[in-house]
Order: sequence, then C-alpha cells, then structure tokens
Amino acid sequence: MSTHFQKKSAKSSPSIPMASMPDIIFMLIIFFMVTTVLRETEIQVRTTLPRAEALTKIDQKRLVSYVYLGPIKLPDNQLGDTSVQIDDVLIDDMPSIRNIMYRKLLEQPKLIVSIRADESSEMGIVIDVQQELREAGTLRINYSSKPELS
Amino acid sequence: MAGLLKKKKEREGGEIPTASMADIAFLLLIFFLVTTTINVDTGIGMTLPPKLDENQEPPPVKERNMLKILVNAEGRVLIEDIPSAVPRVREEVKKHTLNEGEDPRYAESMAQAVVSFKTDRQTPYEIYIDVIDEIWMAYFEMWDAEARAMGYPDYATYRDYIDENDAENLIRKKIKAQISIAEPDAG
Repeated sequence: MSTHFQKKSAKSSPSIPMASMPDIIFMLIIFFMVTTVLRETEIQVRTTLPRAEALTKIDQKRLVSYVYLGPIKLPDNQLGDTSVQIDDVLIDDMPSIRNIMYRKLLEQPKLIVSIRADESSEMGIVIDVQQELREAGTLRINYSSKPELS
Repeated sequence: MAGLLKKKKEREGGEIPTASMADIAFLLLIFFLVTTTINVDTGIGMTLPPKLDENQEPPPVKERNMLKILVNAEGRVLIEDIPSAVPRVREEVKKHTLNEGEDPRYAESMAQAVVSFKTDRQTPYEIYIDVIDEIWMAYFEMWDAEARAMGYPDYATYRDYIDENDAENLIRKKIKAQISIAEPDAG
C-alpha cells in the first residue's frame, strides 16, 4: 500500500507539449473561416442608406426579411430606374410583393421587414411598397439607416 | 575583404524552427477576429397600421389632437400650416404631446395626441427619414424624461427592467407614440 502513495521524485520539469499548439490554432482558424458567411444575395440596386439618430438594433436576424429599393445598377457604373428587389429577384409588378411577403409571414409569423431604401429614392415607391406590406399583413417594418456621423 | 567573402562551411541539419508557428497562427487568428465585422442592423422601427376594410371608416381623430406635418417635394416642411424646418419638428412634437390642454393649438392629452405625417410622392426618402427621425427622437426624449422622473437613469434602463420582470411598460402606456403616415397625394 505504501508504495502506491510514494511520491514520485521530480526528475524533469513538467511542461505542456507545444507541438500540437499550431494544430489547435489552425483548427480554430478553419472553424472561423468555415462559419463566416460572406454574402448570400447579390444586391442589384444601389442602396445608400440614410442617416438617422433614433436607431434601434435588430437582434434577431432570423426574423428579418429585406426589401431593397433604389436605382438599379447597370453596367459601366450607370444607374437606371428605381426598382425593388426582394431576396435576389427584381420585382416587376408591385402586387406580387404581397404574395411574396404573405408567404414569408406564414413561415415566420414574427417577421420584421427591413426596408433598405436608397436615400435619393422618391417617397411614392416607398409608400407603394408599404401599402403592399399592409396588404400582406407584415406590419413590423424597419427603415434601415446608418448612425449619424458625429 | 577576403574575410567577408569567405564561404561558410558545413551547413548541416537545416530545419525550419517550428516553435514560432503557434505565434504566427495566433497572429493570423487575431487579425481575422479583429477585421471581421459582424454588422448589426440598425434602423428606425415602425409598425404599419393594419389594412382597413373597404366599408370601415378610419377611427376619427379630433382636429386639435392631430399635429399635421407636411413635407413637399422640395423638402419644405409645414407644421400645422405654418412653414417650418426639419429640426423644429422635435420641439413641436414634444409641445404637442405634453400640452395637456393648455394651448388650444396643441393636443388635449397625452393619450389622444397623434402626429400625422404626410409627404408628396416626389419627396426624397432621405428627407422623409429625417422627419421620421425627428419625430421618434421627440418621443425618445420624452420617454427618457419620464424614466428619469421615475428614478431611472434613462429609458433604456427602464425598458431592461421591464423586460426582466415582465412588468407593464408604464411609460409607453402614458406616452404612446402614435404616428400616422398618411398616403401622399398623387401630385
């Protein structure tokens, strides 16, 4: 029995093996690289967001659906007419918005529609989109804007 | 001279030192951690009014309780038919809401105060956001003042407290943000 409890004499100084360190760190890097999502949709309209002060943060990203609104990007840095984009399609006729949004609302009843509109767009089209959202019943909206430059 | 040009003899056991590998990898990791921005969405939250039935009349609002803000295509602001400017909106909304029947031009009580905002179809979105921002800032400031009166440092603290305890938000009950966005004229 006594031999079990015999203290081991410290012959060499104990050390953490450093050889596996790079592997651990590389695994961390790879984990971050894999989990980072860069951009899922290509935005075909220019959205220079307006600046505002009374901002609220949207914490739950999965509740959010985006509506992009702005002048369409053409080749050679030209800008076309103001268009509406939802997900990755441009909307040709306004009334189709209500169907798209209604379907999204069924999937996510607490849907927040974030309107990412270009600061130069006219209110007419914004109001038209809003009327469609009312038709669809997606009443929680958010005018996406950037914080004011101080 | 000859000494400088002398060739070194015997280079044996050429090995890359691996001890610094971990540090290099750490540097890379820190670089990526610092440069990746998790962009938080910010914006002005609103709730649209539900769609009214064809035969249903919109709820009546007394003329007096409604603060009418009009913005035309050039971005000129009209508050209660008086030409004004965007930065004035905040003061006017506060005066209107906190009037409590004093001034006959403004609202009778906090509960009845409504802000009506109407634009032209040609009004730039930027100006619309500027005005909406001013209206919301007026409410934020009133809520802050109310929270301070109740002994909280600001409204955000009060709201956190409410969320934690599942209590009723008395400030929001007292000062409701009633903003009506009217449909623009076709012109």
